[in-house]
Amino acid sequence: MSAMTDDAAGFEPSAGLVPSEAKIARREMVRQLLHSKTFIVGNIVVGFWVFWAIAGSRLTPHDPLEQTSNILKAPSTAYWFGTDQFGRDIFSRVLAGASSTLTVAPLATLLAIVCGTAVGLVTGYYGGIADDTISRFVDAVLALPLIVIAVMVLTALGSSNVTLILVIGLVFTPPVSRTVRATVLGERQLDYVQAAQLRGERGPYIMFVEILPNIMGPIVVEATVRLGYAIFAIAGLTFLGFGVQPPSPDWSLQISENYTLLASGTYWWTVLFACVAIATLVIGVNLVADGLQQVVDE
Amino acid sequence: MLVFAAGSLLPGDLGRNILGNFASERDVAIFNHNAGVDRPLITQYVDWITSFLRGDLGTSFQYQVSVSSLLGTSFVNSLKLAAVAFLIVVPLSIIGGTVSGLRRNSFSDRAITITGVSFTAIPEFVTAIVFILFFGLWLGWLPVSATAPDGSNILTQVKYLLLPSFALVAVLFGYIARITRASVIESVDADYTRTAYLKGLTRKQVVGRHVLRNSLLPTIAVVATQVGYLIGGLLVIEKLFNYNGIGLRIYTAAVNKDYPMLQSGVLLVGIVYLLATLVADVLYSLLNPRIRFGGDQ
Repeated sequence: MSAMTDDAAGFEPSAGLVPSEAKIARREMVRQLLHSKTFIVGNIVVGFWVFWAIAGSRLTPHDPLEQTSNILKAPSTAYWFGTDQFGRDIFSRVLAGASSTLTVAPLATLLAIVCGTAVGLVTGYYGGIADDTISRFVDAVLALPLIVIAVMVLTALGSSNVTLILVIGLVFTPPVSRTVRATVLGERQLDYVQAAQLRGERGPYIMFVEILPNIMGPIVVEATVRLGYAIFAIAGLTFLGFGVQPPSPDWSLQISENYTLLASGTYWWTVLFACVAIATLVIGVNLVADGLQQVVDE
Repeated sequence: MLVFAAGSLLPGDLGRNILGNFASERDVAIFNHNAGVDRPLITQYVDWITSFLRGDLGTSFQYQVSVSSLLGTSFVNSLKLAAVAFLIVVPLSIIGGTVSGLRRNSFSDRAITITGVSFTAIPEFVTAIVFILFFGLWLGWLPVSATAPDGSNILTQVKYLLLPSFALVAVLFGYIARITRASVIESVDADYTRTAYLKGLTRKQVVGRHVLRNSLLPTIAVVATQVGYLIGGLLVIEKLFNYNGIGLRIYTAAVNKDYPMLQSGVLLVGIVYLLATLVADVLYSLLNPRIRFGGDQ
């Protein structure tokens, strides 16, 4: 069969039989990723939390928002992780708490990646005045700690998940655009870009159709790294009261609602499990990012 | 200017925010007039920037005293906390990074790198709370409050600041150690290191004179960029420990919409950050002969 098709195809081997170079490269990348322990472990951890973010209160043993008279009970067989000051089951709250972080952070990251890539492509490809102006502005924004900018803006706009996504997304745009710009600068010199220019292609076509697919690797790495930072920043803002609002079972919110109870030395279960949950999620995301980075860099 | 814009141009009626929803329209208007926020923005901006340059930061809406008197003490407090954190993290992460760079892929390298990467990613208040639980409450080694009793000596003050600084150290360690490790590896592989060994220098001499001196440069640069993070970290940590520093001031000002305080606090933070970057540039060029002598450019 295959011999016949080969003959029939004549001088032009069809794409289905001879995989293109890009396909081979992609397959090789996937193969390397599946051999990377950090990537796999990271994905398992993140996958666990994504599952609970989607399943949410439907699968938890108790309703994470239901208040009972069993307040501040230590971990027991009925309440595995104990209960908080409103008698809510902490085990259920920790599982359901994944959803706020895993909605807000990825959306904010997506916004930052889309805006940052567009800005980075334009500044990197065109250079000149646009590049100078935008780069100076980026420097100015980066001169202030991100969390301080976010606190100022959220103070003025008020906090909701939507403003949180917008603020984190826009605050993270400059660093993304900087990375993309640096990558584009390297890419612009390559032959395929010059060939496209000689063919008379327009700027936007070259940027988005020619260059963009070739810099997807660094962009994906940047996205996972940024996701880690976004979770970090949103956790901090929520802890301060500028992020996710009550009564969400968000982890940082649980910690900020309960940490004042710690002074007496008891009630550790009201915060410790949420701490462990955040820690595992961010470490998981960072392991994925590390695994990706190693493969893309090679 | 960016600071001013973010503080003023965003929506929100100042008088309404401060006086609450039940204040009469007239009271709100009077308050706004006294605070000067009913004037055109450009006049407000010119006023603000000129008085800032004269050192007058305005009057706090919340406390009705001058902002500079409040910010002064908080600033010193924050500097103390930041200094303790830096004094711990810089030597620690340089040693850590050097050890893992020199023994690449060994067990200690992996242990240091993985610990660093993990702690860097965890939000500081999370590590802080775990540290409070272990060292403060269960083991009882360290005080859980950051504020030492009045009039205590330096050692006691440092002891009180240890727990809050640990969380900042945990976040910073990973970054600095990673950069140190990378640059140690680069200089171990460099030709000059091979030459030094071939000259017959001992390992100690090679590491001290050639490897370390070259690999500390990027480390210094990264330490300076982390000052920006550190300030954000202070915001969270000072809130957690209820420690009267610049971070807590900015936080309280933001919660109470105390704009003169918020603007001045943020501006101060921006200036500190710029200064830190400048100091790093100067240090960098002092340590790097290629830049000091103008190099091959």
